[in-house]
Amino acid sequence: MSEKNNNIWSDQVHAALVVAKKDIRIYYLKPPVIIFGVIFPVFFFLAFAIGRPVPVEDMVPGMLAMALFFTASAVGPLVTPWERQAKTYERLITSPASLGAIIAGDVLAGAGFGVVFSAIPLIVGYVGVGATVSSVLPMAAGILIGAVAFSSLGVLLSAPATQSPSQIMMLANLVRLPLIFVSGVFMPITEMPVWGRAVAPFSPLSYSVDLIRAGYGEETYFPIGLSIAAIIGFSIMFFALAMFFHTRGRRKAVE
Amino acid sequence: MNIILESKELVRYYGTHLAVDRVSFEVRCGEIFAFLGPNGAGKTTTVRMLTGFFTPSSGTGLINGHDIVREPTEARRHIGVVPEEANVYVDLSVWRNVMLMAELHGIDKRTRTERGQELLEAFDLYDRKEHEGRSLSKGLKQRLMLCMALVSGPDLLFLDEPTSGLDVKSARLIRDTIVRMNKEENMTVFLTTHNIAEAEQICDRVAIIDEGRIAAIDTPDALRSVVASRRSVEVTFSDGDYQSLSPEGFQGVEELKPLSQGFKLYSATPGRLAQQVAASALEKGLEVQNIRTLEPSLEDVFVHITSGKNKRSENHE
Repeated sequence: MSEKNNNIWSDQVHAALVVAKKDIRIYYLKPPVIIFGVIFPVFFFLAFAIGRPVPVEDMVPGMLAMALFFTASAVGPLVTPWERQAKTYERLITSPASLGAIIAGDVLAGAGFGVVFSAIPLIVGYVGVGATVSSVLPMAAGILIGAVAFSSLGVLLSAPATQSPSQIMMLANLVRLPLIFVSGVFMPITEMPVWGRAVAPFSPLSYSVDLIRAGYGEETYFPIGLSIAAIIGFSIMFFALAMFFHTRGRRKAVE
Repeated sequence: MNIILESKELVRYYGTHLAVDRVSFEVRCGEIFAFLGPNGAGKTTTVRMLTGFFTPSSGTGLINGHDIVREPTEARRHIGVVPEEANVYVDLSVWRNVMLMAELHGIDKRTRTERGQELLEAFDLYDRKEHEGRSLSKGLKQRLMLCMALVSGPDLLFLDEPTSGLDVKSARLIRDTIVRMNKEENMTVFLTTHNIAEAEQICDRVAIIDEGRIAAIDTPDALRSVVASRRSVEVTFSDGDYQSLSPEGFQGVEELKPLSQGFKLYSATPGRLAQQVAASALEKGLEVQNIRTLEPSLEDVFVHITSGKNKRSENHE
């Protein structure tokens, strides 16, 4: 019985990897997606940073966190609506891959994309302004676990039973854009107004930014252990909610 | 004979609309089983429940002994699905589409490569294996979908309207391949169609579904025997005023159905009636283009069953 269960688990892990590979090949390795992934966070950040009396090297953690957040959660909300529109979602659902494996595959693809693209500000920060990583563990945790949390959030946003990517895009921006203002991306949480400090703990991005700041040797707002636990908690919560809403969507689905 | 698929009281609601109403049936190993019904009868919904795309509102099904509700991934391991609408990945090549399905089924690299090549050759797609899905015509996409469904070597193949809207050549290739695989590999085929001729031609058993319920289920021959009285004479004329024959007046005519250049007469004694029609046409100088007696067809069974139900529901209203 346990051998059978082990086989089922390994089969589903394999299926998740196949789904992730498919997503990367079809949806991520496209010039517009790549260009958007690089340019959007950079310009967004510059729009808010230029003219402010902040040393350039102090901007690097925020830029890195925002690049990670935007790239990891950029495509996830759209994969399922695109697949519903193309009717390929039916193909996945009727394969031996479970819904959990399909969602995990989508999360893995987004997280991988985010991690790869977070290397750009990391390298630019090092080469351009000499921003060096002084503590690898919080930096790695902030990037890797953060990527999973943000990608899970993206996949959760794909749950509404629609075939229209534009509707999902609107919802995704409605959720994602406010988060960057309350998460210490543009300024450390300690310098934020009282209302900002009150809201910051409810954003997964806050913990990721905090860990990345710790990686660059800056002071943290939350204890590192709490930040890691919080991002893991957010990842699990987003994944569980994605499972719930996708399952509910299929139960109600007309198409 | 072993049962590979068992549907147990499957029910599916869309909101308050009851689309499938307590559908129960069995499919035996190695047979070609057809689900025949008009548009909106519940064929596709039933298939979508059995293949795991929809969760049943109630009821369940067993595929190779695996419950589709409690062990869905195990159940789906035994099936291949060709849905009604083309759903290949248009950004992937023909080859990658096939390999993707094999990988999702956990088929090892050597086996999936060999089987993929065999299938692409059998469906005349091998020369196009590097072409993107978007570049394929509807017929080629349909063939690719069959390759994707068959690459895992399924025990049970679901085909939802597999030849709908295809040209004659593609439809024949698909039908012939289905029959060949059924015979050579003992693969069970579950086919939904509203193409009665197709069902009559290739299926071992047929279920007629109407308004979400199974109305009849048996072999085509047994179903035809239900409407044995529906024997007929079909006659067409080259030209002339064939209406002057007053066909409804011939002895033994039970029903008259006009055709574009003639008529079809239903009768318990079609041989004798054909003689009467021929003699009368000769007498009036009409040139008969074709005259033949017909045994009841599956279409007659289908019309008999579904129209009977419609009449009943009209009476209730």
